[in-house]
Amino acid sequence: MSLKHDIEFTLNGVKRHVSVDVTMNALAMLRDVIGLTGTKYGCGEGECGACTIQVDGVSLNSCLMFAVDCDGRNVTTIEGLANDSKADALRESFVEHGAVQCGFCTPGMIMQADHLLHKHPHADEACVKRGIEGNLCRCTGYKKIVDAIVAVDGA
Amino acid sequence: MNVAEKKARVIEPDSLIGKRIPKMDAPEKASGRTRYIHDINLSGQLHGKILRSSRIHALIKSIDVSAARALPGVHVVITAADIPDQRPIGVAKDHFPLKVGRVRSQRDEIAAVAAESEEIAEAALKLIKVEYEDLPVISDPEQAIMPGAALIHPEPHGADGSHLHLKQGMSIAHKGKPDNIAMRFDYVHGDVVQGEAESDVVVEDTFKLHYVTHCCMGVSGMIAEFDASGNLLMYSNTQVPFLHKREFADYLNMDPARIRIIQPPIGGGFGSKLDIYPFEVICLYLARAAKRPVKMLFTREEEFLASPTRQPVLLTLRSGCKKDGTLTFRQVHTLHDNGAYTSWGATTPFVMMQTFSSLYRVPHCDYHTAAVYTNNPYAGSFRGYGNLQATFAIEQHMDMLAEKIGMDPLEFRLKNAQDAGETTGQGMSFKSCGFKDCITTAARRSDYSRKARENAANRGKPGNIKRGIGMASMLHVGGGAKIYPSDGCGTILKMDDFANVTLITGASEIGQGSETVLSQLVCEELGLPISAITVVNNDTAITPWDVGVHASRTTFIAGNSAIGAAKKAKSKILAVAAKKYDVAEDELDLRGGFVIQAASGEVVVELSKLLRNLHFQDKAELVMTTFYYEPPSVHQDKGFKGDVSAAYAWGTQVVEVEVDTDTGQVRMTKVTGAHDVGRVLNRLGIEGQIEGGVVMGQGYALTEDLLIQNGVMKNPNFRDYKLVTAPEIPEMDIAFIESMDGEGPQGAKGVGEAPSICIAAATANAIANATGVRMYELPFTPEKVYRALRGQTPKLYWKPWKAD
Repeated sequence: MSLKHDIEFTLNGVKRHVSVDVTMNALAMLRDVIGLTGTKYGCGEGECGACTIQVDGVSLNSCLMFAVDCDGRNVTTIEGLANDSKADALRESFVEHGAVQCGFCTPGMIMQADHLLHKHPHADEACVKRGIEGNLCRCTGYKKIVDAIVAVDGA
Repeated sequence: MNVAEKKARVIEPDSLIGKRIPKMDAPEKASGRTRYIHDINLSGQLHGKILRSSRIHALIKSIDVSAARALPGVHVVITAADIPDQRPIGVAKDHFPLKVGRVRSQRDEIAAVAAESEEIAEAALKLIKVEYEDLPVISDPEQAIMPGAALIHPEPHGADGSHLHLKQGMSIAHKGKPDNIAMRFDYVHGDVVQGEAESDVVVEDTFKLHYVTHCCMGVSGMIAEFDASGNLLMYSNTQVPFLHKREFADYLNMDPARIRIIQPPIGGGFGSKLDIYPFEVICLYLARAAKRPVKMLFTREEEFLASPTRQPVLLTLRSGCKKDGTLTFRQVHTLHDNGAYTSWGATTPFVMMQTFSSLYRVPHCDYHTAAVYTNNPYAGSFRGYGNLQATFAIEQHMDMLAEKIGMDPLEFRLKNAQDAGETTGQGMSFKSCGFKDCITTAARRSDYSRKARENAANRGKPGNIKRGIGMASMLHVGGGAKIYPSDGCGTILKMDDFANVTLITGASEIGQGSETVLSQLVCEELGLPISAITVVNNDTAITPWDVGVHASRTTFIAGNSAIGAAKKAKSKILAVAAKKYDVAEDELDLRGGFVIQAASGEVVVELSKLLRNLHFQDKAELVMTTFYYEPPSVHQDKGFKGDVSAAYAWGTQVVEVEVDTDTGQVRMTKVTGAHDVGRVLNRLGIEGQIEGGVVMGQGYALTEDLLIQNGVMKNPNFRDYKLVTAPEIPEMDIAFIESMDGEGPQGAKGVGEAPSICIAAATANAIANATGVRMYELPFTPEKVYRALRGQTPKLYWKPWKAD
């Protein structure tokens, strides 16, 4: 029915070769083609941040990125955010600070926070708030998420 | 064995209650491993999609699905004509899952497709041709209630125009309605005429509350599968699995015993999953017809269009008091926009009347409400359940009355606030009541009185930023709610041979942390660490009965049920230990994974060792079952008099704002809350509930506004429907008042809904404090505030409506 394109990229440290529909977004590729469901669909329009991934070290909304544009790139999802002590500290901090309720925004929030902390290792409260502005959460009121991220400073 | 002879190990007392216990499922969620409904796929699964109306109010003249059926990859296409045995759904049974002959709102379901992929299903929807004949749209409830208004659910007529005589007892979906009134509530205690006569001051105002919606981060979805014997398995996000099992069975004309509901982790609830919606029944129809599993997921746009809303309300409140500050009466008329169909939103007056009759001492109260059908989205239940709307009006009047009699608003509130032991005019009995503590604590911590005085004095001074502080309090059910004939929850508790516990509870987890709180209660009783427990709470084939997650009831009802089971286990264990070690049973206790001497803390035996032995003995029976039902109390009579909950939660919130008088922008700078929660069980969890509720209340007050124009939703997306984001949240200072409810589990009361309730009311009071201008209509967008500050807002007035 539609045009397919072969791409090759690094996903969570592993080289992948996939054939994707040219109209498909990276979110659908990750979830439906590759089967990694930690990246969430929240709105499909880049407004909620639930689908945040990192591409070449930069966080972005995977719903707004064409799957074919992953070709040749280095893509990290929540499942791949493992080989790094900062990511472990971040996840633990979310748990300990009560930053997780329904948890649906959490993977995207952590991907964004990880990116933020790489850019600003000593991010203060205002910087963290600004940094996660594009990630919506309906349960927590953000406070415990901000606390969790700020607490990772120096970890 | 003589225990005393050995150098006994002593276990120091410890408690899990009040601690900061991380949510048990948080590690899975934080690593992206949790499988929500969206992440579950069954082999052989098809994808369902729904065709919705492209008109707001119209007759359906014809539907042609032939091209859709012919599309490769399409398995099933259904319309109402294909399901002749459709039964009406909803709280008032006033619509069919697939609409028959007429559409009444933008969301209306006309046809559905099950196909090999979502893309094919969507392509098939585009091939369905529908012919409509438009009808006049009624989108204004004031218009809908007028005599002679066009009807949303007209009674069917014969081809010659004659009235069809339909059987009594038929549903509204079949027999229609001679008017647009979906539901009415009338409540009275005392005599408001006398109350008004005794008043020195009377105020009357109209308030207008808007549409908002839940915006759960996880969109709605479900999977349905019938097995070879016709048994139905549903993966569903419902908050009410047991009651819905029965309802689904009704809609499918099947035995409820053959339905099993598994609830995957839910991406947010907030009341939105309390009713059965058309998509769920349609998904079942598709699965039945396709004989394959069918998965249906909403898009975000669909989530906006086809989810319930908080009910918009037009409200005229007349209240009075004496010069000494005694409240005399409240007279209330409200008009609710029900939308095209009736869901739980129509029953929110049930909660609103409690606030009107019983928040502060009100000797005379007269409350009338009508929920009217329109062609707008239909309203459901949403955290707070009408209480935000009622509190918005009442707490503004508390400030206005205080001002009229020249009394300090804090003193005025305290004069009228109730104490424990009081029973209200409606018959609500306050066994534990920290109301006054909430007021004084929130006022003290926020320095309310000083700031209020200074802000008021500052109004006329130069500068465009005006600071304001405002207060509001709330009363809400905190010990279950007798909405159904009973309010029960069951528990099965299993002790294994390693002294681990499996808690099997009817109570659902929707992100609020019930699994952690219930675990704490059980482990506290059994002297075990939280790591010793596994919770099973999501499968109707395993878990005992429960009436669902709603009304802030889970901690109280399911908590008491879980404690009951743990107590049974404890008494069984201690009895065995007493016999085995020749110690009196009442001298023993459980602590730190050991059976101990209660007085000294000395170890008698390791619990796991005792239990392992027990498993090899006859009749160990280490599975306990209990049910907890609300304690006997006076049920409400037909006039709504009587108790509705075993306990009531109280709270006071003080909101501080900065109003930019040049732009109308309102910035919420700080919220100070004091909540009577009975007792704090999990400090981390309860703080999270409060903070989340505060920010949800902030959205209701300032930013969220679902715009409906002539029945059309103008902003079904996160770009135009503005949720609060992280940089906008206020500083939060939350205090807990521990009134130790006698019936509550470890003294606790429910709190889930409480924190959202006061924010809008307190914000209105804060804006008035900052500017001297009163806001009667939500939300307080810059445009509304800008106009109000310049006197460009005509005074709202809705003339109380009364039918015979």
